[in-house]
Amino acid sequence: MTHVAEAQAGHAHDAHNHAPQAFIWKYVFSKDHKVIGVQYYVTAMLMAVVAGLLAMLIRVQIAWPPATQEPQTQQVESLRLSPPPAPIRAATDAAGSVLSKGYGKTAKGYEMKPEFYAMLFTMHGTIMVFFVLSTAPVSGFGNMLIPLQVGARDMAFPFLNGLSFWTFLPGCVVILLSFFVEAGAAAAGWTSYPPLSALKSAVPGSQMGQTLWIIAMVFFIASFTMGGLNFVTTILNLRTKGLSLFRMSTTMWAMFLVAILGLLAFPALIAGSLLLLFDRHFGTSFYLPAGIILSGKVMPNAGGSPLLWQHLFWFLGHPEVYILMLPALGFTSDIIAAFSRKAIFGYKAMIGAMIAISGLSFVVWGHHMFVSGMSPYLGMAFAVGTILIAVPSAVKVFNWLATLWQSRIQFHTAMLWALGVVSLFISGGLSGVWLGQSAVDIHLHDTMFVVAHFHLIMAGAALFGVFGATAFWFPKMFGRTMNETLGKWHFWFTFITYYGTFFPMHYVGISGQMRRVYNPYEYDFLKPVQDINVFITYCALILGLSQVIFFINFFWSAFKGRKAEGNPWNAAGLEWTTPSPPGHGNWPGEIPEVHRWPYDYSVPDAPQDFVLQTDPSPIGALKPGGGH
Amino acid sequence: MTVSVVSAAETRPPAASRFEALGPGGSSSPSGPASGPIGSDPARFGLWVLLGSIAMLFIGFTSALVFRRAAADWVPMSAPPLVWVNTAVLALSSVALETARRRLRGVRYEGVQSWISVTGLLGALFVAGQVQAWRQLVAQGVFLSSDPHSAFFYVLTGVHVVHVLAALVWFTTVFVRVRRRAYAPGGDGLALFATFWHFLGGLWAYLLFVLFVL
Amino acid sequence: MSKLQGLLFALATVVLVAVSTYYFVARDWLPELHSDRGAIDVAMWWSLLVTGIVFIATNLLLAYFTWRYSDTPGAKAAYWHDSPKLEISWTAVTAAILLVFLFNALNLWGSLVDPKTIPADAVTIEVTAQQFAWNFRYPGQDGQFGKTDVKLADPEMGNFLGTDTKDPATADDIVTPQGVLLVPEGRTVVLKIRSLDVIHSFFLPNFRVKQDAMPGLTIQTWFKPTKAGKYEIACAEHCGLGHYRMKGTMFVLAADAFQAAMASQEAFDAASGPLTQPTQ
Repeated sequence: MTHVAEAQAGHAHDAHNHAPQAFIWKYVFSKDHKVIGVQYYVTAMLMAVVAGLLAMLIRVQIAWPPATQEPQTQQVESLRLSPPPAPIRAATDAAGSVLSKGYGKTAKGYEMKPEFYAMLFTMHGTIMVFFVLSTAPVSGFGNMLIPLQVGARDMAFPFLNGLSFWTFLPGCVVILLSFFVEAGAAAAGWTSYPPLSALKSAVPGSQMGQTLWIIAMVFFIASFTMGGLNFVTTILNLRTKGLSLFRMSTTMWAMFLVAILGLLAFPALIAGSLLLLFDRHFGTSFYLPAGIILSGKVMPNAGGSPLLWQHLFWFLGHPEVYILMLPALGFTSDIIAAFSRKAIFGYKAMIGAMIAISGLSFVVWGHHMFVSGMSPYLGMAFAVGTILIAVPSAVKVFNWLATLWQSRIQFHTAMLWALGVVSLFISGGLSGVWLGQSAVDIHLHDTMFVVAHFHLIMAGAALFGVFGATAFWFPKMFGRTMNETLGKWHFWFTFITYYGTFFPMHYVGISGQMRRVYNPYEYDFLKPVQDINVFITYCALILGLSQVIFFINFFWSAFKGRKAEGNPWNAAGLEWTTPSPPGHGNWPGEIPEVHRWPYDYSVPDAPQDFVLQTDPSPIGALKPGGGH
Repeated sequence: MTVSVVSAAETRPPAASRFEALGPGGSSSPSGPASGPIGSDPARFGLWVLLGSIAMLFIGFTSALVFRRAAADWVPMSAPPLVWVNTAVLALSSVALETARRRLRGVRYEGVQSWISVTGLLGALFVAGQVQAWRQLVAQGVFLSSDPHSAFFYVLTGVHVVHVLAALVWFTTVFVRVRRRAYAPGGDGLALFATFWHFLGGLWAYLLFVLFVL
Repeated sequence: MSKLQGLLFALATVVLVAVSTYYFVARDWLPELHSDRGAIDVAMWWSLLVTGIVFIATNLLLAYFTWRYSDTPGAKAAYWHDSPKLEISWTAVTAAILLVFLFNALNLWGSLVDPKTIPADAVTIEVTAQQFAWNFRYPGQDGQFGKTDVKLADPEMGNFLGTDTKDPATADDIVTPQGVLLVPEGRTVVLKIRSLDVIHSFFLPNFRVKQDAMPGLTIQTWFKPTKAGKYEIACAEHCGLGHYRMKGTMFVLAADAFQAAMASQEAFDAASGPLTQPTQ
């Protein structure tokens, strides 16, 4: 009935000996979690390039929309707009001649069309949120790390794992293809609010583009669900001997919570998207009320509610942003411990905080809808959870600070990124306290203040987390180290320009600058803030360019970097007991038994300043009363 | 110092009963002995997690339905009679499956293949019956776009049928294994598939309740 | 290497704190307030103060620690990683501060959304958003809006709202030219906000007013303008190609000028004609 005998004979790597695999089974349709993780990661990188380029176009447009080309005859100084400098003008013309469908040619040169702008911000958001920042940290690093950090040969369902990647990839293809349909890609915002997204004539992108958006999302969510199944099952069922839940790294806890969030929340978006598909193509009225008049025609729908979409979307949407952010929080604790040679402070509190954040994330979605017209009393209920979620978030910051206190910090690139996460978490998190107060949100909703908030805390934390995790675990995955000098230059350029890009958005948001606006200076009250927008755009352009350093470093180091040993950082976690890179089956012999948590750094009586998780000596956490 | 709730007190489960390669994507590369409290069977555990996710999908639809019902234009429709016949068919398929399962557990193969065949046939019949019910409604002029209740009827039954079709795909591999006598007699090899199949039956009952009783 | 990076990070953090704090207070970002919703501004100032202090304090600690604890030869990190007392303390303090914010936030919101606070002499105006303009309708002398019914809508004849022309209350309704809103200074204005097509959002930056226009719903919001002048109305929800140019103009008139404009066409034209001064 069972393969018990086989299991107890010990799964030495030899038991898995098979004939050398063909390239296609080893690297393309692989079932090995490490290959799959890298596949996800590299795909996400490529999607990030696309979404990043979209952002550059957006920023140039906001700083120098067509209004700035007009002769400035304003008497009032603050209402005079500055034209784009010549290089920008030239670049815009170049972009316009290439992206001819998105630009129109005028006497003054190429001018971006409003429908193209709407497509830009829609697709930037969609691709970044789902195809980059849900993918690289979760599917990428989750797959790479989970078996290594829990002590398993592979994920629980390797075939399903491979299938999940090959379901994700078509999603990427579909969303990218949507750029090339007649009326362009979806253009109703990444939030796809109906009726704008439901009525084909409401905006050009709501023709084929929006349908392809929905299809791409179905692929993505199916893939994420398969991944989530694997994560949860592997973490709960395949941990090696001695690895209790409270000896797991914070990274593992983050992956576990993220998988649960995804499994419970994504179905709501599938449900909502399906109903949107029906409203778009089959004449239903889930989201469409009576009395809509579009292009001079009365629509036949009746009884639907656009609010229904918002509830379904944000029921996913809010946990989704924590899905993006939690892995970075997990990575950061692991990295800080390793490079400050000090155990993470308040391990249980850190886990508790992540659990609290995850739980609360399910009951705050309405804070995206404070001014939507939903019942104001419902709004009050949502404000409660929203403000309170700042408590566990603050607890995490305090614990990181306490970890750094009396530590011994080694400023490897990974550590810089982890500190960057802490910095961004503070900045981005605090603006959330403003927005959670529903009355304050009346002024700030849909302004650049919100854009600042989520770019700092969600996108920033996730991005810096990914860069940190890359620097930290690159040697493990590729058997080579990344170049420290390039890494540091990349960090500094990115850190400074990231803040330069997004922090000033708080100011223009308070001034009332709305988001998703093709030309803010239509409004006199926004003309005075063009100078800030220009500054932001310059920082954004440098931010984008700086990522070239990373690509060079990543790909060069993967092939030509200095070879790494098994544990180049003298880190204490289980994954560092494998070779770099680990072979098929991860451990060449038996999977080691775990005796302690992965944070025994600078233990007083230890021979070295770290004690491996697999070390059975009665010191550190295993000292009587040490309790880990 | 906090004392971790672990190690000494925790009993290591025996090198767990390695799951047979059941169901689609069944893996056969186990790791070292599992030490988690949910030790035994990753495939079984994974299935329950999946069922949770599927449940959330239908909870999403249910909340949409409840939200939508509040609007003034809700005109309740009555269930086409064929729907009740299909319900009986689905229920019987679960009975057939349980019978097959019981036979297998009873350390013999007699009748397992017959009863499992009945399960598959009734399942396919259910799908055909649902499609027929839709066609009947269309013939009566009740379309997806006619009114909200009919819209939800089509959507909910449609998504349910999609899951039944997926189960039928799984069924083909189960059937092949039964024919090949790959399940050990005396064991509960059909358990995983049965869980999914009965879940779909229970889900159907829930959908009927939400559509016609609530 | 380590010491330099530590110093750089500390410096960068201090510079961040200094520059960001400076700019928060150096320039007047908040549009001048001209309504009775000053309590929102008070909430924002408190938010700035408290989050500002936390921002400065945590970042200075971060800066200090990264500089002070840079690895040096012979240094040893402490093996201290738990303190229930500390955990409880900082959790409790944070929760207490946030609960104060929450309490105030809920009260403030409650006061802004409670229709019982609308005074009897309020002016009610119906706002209907469409791609890409704002429409305004006044109830006229009888104080009643004419009935509307979507079944009566006839876009070709210009009847977008489905106005029931047979309803006697419709006769004295005033529909202003698109985008032109007149309101009286010193009286509460109640806006009943609707949308003809997609979601829009009625935004008055100087009045701390923002309310989504949701198709299928009529949503109320109200405020009291406190200074006469000409103000821009913005759309704050992506509504299509013309979202960026969905501008309206609100004229806040002295009470008698408002009455006059409601009564006579000339007075109306005079009040809403092109003005030489720029908007506030």
